[in-house]
Amino acid sequence: MSVKKFMYINRKPPYGTVYALEALEVVLIGAAFDQDVSLAFIGDGVYELTKGQNTDAIGQKNFSPTYTALGDYDVKKLYVEKESLEERGLTLDDLQHLVWEDEDDDWAEKDSIHLVSRAEMADVLDDQDIILSF
Amino acid sequence: MALLHTVNKSPFESNTFNTCLGLAKQGSTILLIEDGVYAATTGHSVAEKIKNASGITFAVLGPDLQARGLESKLADDIKVIDYDGFVNMVVEHDSVQSWL
Amino acid sequence: MKLSIQINEGPYQHQASDTAYQFAKAAIAAGHEIFRIFFYHDGVNNATRLAVPPRDDRDVSAQWTALSKEHDLDLVVCIAAAQRRGVMDAAEAKRQGLDADNLAEGFRISGLGQLIEAGIQSDRLVVFGA
Repeated sequence: MSVKKFMYINRKPPYGTVYALEALEVVLIGAAFDQDVSLAFIGDGVYELTKGQNTDAIGQKNFSPTYTALGDYDVKKLYVEKESLEERGLTLDDLQHLVWEDEDDDWAEKDSIHLVSRAEMADVLDDQDIILSF
Repeated sequence: MALLHTVNKSPFESNTFNTCLGLAKQGSTILLIEDGVYAATTGHSVAEKIKNASGITFAVLGPDLQARGLESKLADDIKVIDYDGFVNMVVEHDSVQSWL
Repeated sequence: MKLSIQINEGPYQHQASDTAYQFAKAAIAAGHEIFRIFFYHDGVNNATRLAVPPRDDRDVSAQWTALSKEHDLDLVVCIAAAQRRGVMDAAEAKRQGLDADNLAEGFRISGLGQLIEAGIQSDRLVVFGA
């Protein structure tokens, strides 16, 4: 089976609508298909990755820990748009630290989040075969 | 590779059109559908942005424009297509990004 | 060319399903193959056979059923999204101990892997949503 470049675009914040959660469910299932997978976080999508989420009082499941498991599913290219963070008064320090283990490098932990400029993000999007949006 | 972008929200209600414009590379096409067609009319700030965006092709889904009574307000340089044209655009581009 | 479609919204609330339907019809008329149409998020609500729209309005679900019958389309409803929203076929309803089912003719319920497979097998995937 051919390998395609699959891009999951995340532009919606969590909890207010179900899109972020159900997008993550597609990513987890899709990981089994051995494709070249990337995730893009643009606009309010960057809010999906904030650390310290606590949903106890709103009656929904906190699914933010699932992002930390993505590395175990070999999903290790999470592109976060720098301008989107800045426009929202956020920095990388406000996001969860997401890593994957590189088996070719003695299982060294490597960052999954790639902070990219808007221009770089445009290049990343342009390079995809299949783009899924939610 | 050339990407086809679709935008389906009014630029006056949502930032989606701006986000799309900011990430559309030269050579790509932005197709306005559903409530996205409000960007395709004249006499507002978004029309200026479209006029000034070089290297990007703009198109609008005619049936959506007609439905909203805005055919006579269509800006210059925006190509009007029908659903057949939409299908052709999908085929002629390398991939499609729907800005939902 | 081989095309697949993803629909993220239910009928009536948003235009997404209507646009997808017109797009699918045009693609078929132009001689393209629709490999699969995948219903996700509230899009699973397109698959209920219990909707009764007013007589002067279109019947979105029935339109999909008719198009599927005419062109042998593969209309797939995501099982996880469908279970959340109460869209069930007879087998699933029985398995869940429910007293009713509502999946319209021409649709089938299956997993998210069907969406990924559609992306792999098709030349293009077009997403319609809100």
